[in-house]
Amino acid sequence: MLNKIWFGLLLIGIVYGFARGAYNTKWPPAQAAVVVDQASDEANENALPPPSDRNLEQMGKGLNAAALSAAAVTIEICIKLIGIMALWLGLLAVARDAGLVDALARMLSPLMRWLFPDVPDGHPAQGAILMNISANMLNLDNAATPLGLKAMKELQTLNPNKETATDSMAMFMAINTSSVTLIPFTIFGYRAAFHSENPAEPMFGIILVTTFSTLVAVVVTRLLARSPRFAIANKNQPTDATGEKRQ
Amino acid sequence: MTVLEYIDLFSQWSVPLMILTIILWAAYKRVPMYESFVTGAKEGFDVAVMIIPYLVAILFAIKIFEASGAFEDIKLAAGWAMERVGLGDYRESLDLIPLALTKPLTGGGARGVMVEIFDKHGPDSFLGKTASIMMGSTETTFYILSVYYGSIQIKKIRHTLHACLIADAAGIAAAVVVGYLLYG
Repeated sequence: MLNKIWFGLLLIGIVYGFARGAYNTKWPPAQAAVVVDQASDEANENALPPPSDRNLEQMGKGLNAAALSAAAVTIEICIKLIGIMALWLGLLAVARDAGLVDALARMLSPLMRWLFPDVPDGHPAQGAILMNISANMLNLDNAATPLGLKAMKELQTLNPNKETATDSMAMFMAINTSSVTLIPFTIFGYRAAFHSENPAEPMFGIILVTTFSTLVAVVVTRLLARSPRFAIANKNQPTDATGEKRQ
Repeated sequence: MTVLEYIDLFSQWSVPLMILTIILWAAYKRVPMYESFVTGAKEGFDVAVMIIPYLVAILFAIKIFEASGAFEDIKLAAGWAMERVGLGDYRESLDLIPLALTKPLTGGGARGVMVEIFDKHGPDSFLGKTASIMMGSTETTFYILSVYYGSIQIKKIRHTLHACLIADAAGIAAAVVVGYLLYG
């Protein structure tokens, strides 16, 4: 599935970009005058017009820059992440050794057992999952990623087929991406920056919607996990034996 | 102090208080916390380095797609279609479409779209509030899936993407409905 999406994004991006650029070269965009006006303001910051106004040459330049920027941005993210990961995983280790994580996991164990039936009580995955969900609720993005990656690593230790996702992993990812959010600080910040009279006003709506989408995520993941289409290929046989299912 | 200020104060103090709880508890349990911290922190480096190839792969595809201008044209086409079926009055709400489409792909891009909506319609308008809800209730699904699964070398993700996208769609639809009911 990720294969197809990856292919689709790149194919559409390049082919569509070429077509758009060619179209804009043959029939230059009508608001060219406006673009020139803006250009004087933004000339230093941004040499290229917005993607839908680019001509063929600018489009090529833009796609080129986009591809290279992915590499640069990744390294920026990773360098930052090394420190942040170390910090939060260090704190998690202290909390775990002190028995705090276990206490939290014990408190919520009925819910955890229902959501993640193949994670045994007291397994480190439980603690990491709980900490990740808490971090997401408080919108601590910094902490959520390291704890989430740690949770995946722990779930992988319970996985018999190391290349295939388990039901628990799928459930964790669905809960994680539907993100129950109690206090979305960053959004309040942006609203405040635009002089909102009440930056926190959408909080109730966000709680309502995230609760709903998380419930949908849990139910849909449960139902899809049972579908034969997504069954785990026969565990007893090596995956190579079922060649046609492998794609 | 308003409620918001209390919430803000709590947000500033949530991490320090958490750290304090952890170290006090660890001290009470006589855990060698410095050693524990260092042992845990060591894991961080491996994970951060391991996700590099997956991060490059997904960001690369998303950035190329963004740079082609397809997003803007989808919005234009939707606006045209809505006018043809006589819903031209609701044309402004179409500004939400790029947000709904961008959020599963890129957080930064979606933030840009949200800021644009705030700028154009004001953060306290119906669209501004609905955009805030939409932004707060969806995640950068593709990015998270590829990085999280990449970090443990899972190749077959089975039903994960389907489930996540259905939940995202439900969240986006619910954001519009809730926005309309509460602030419409």
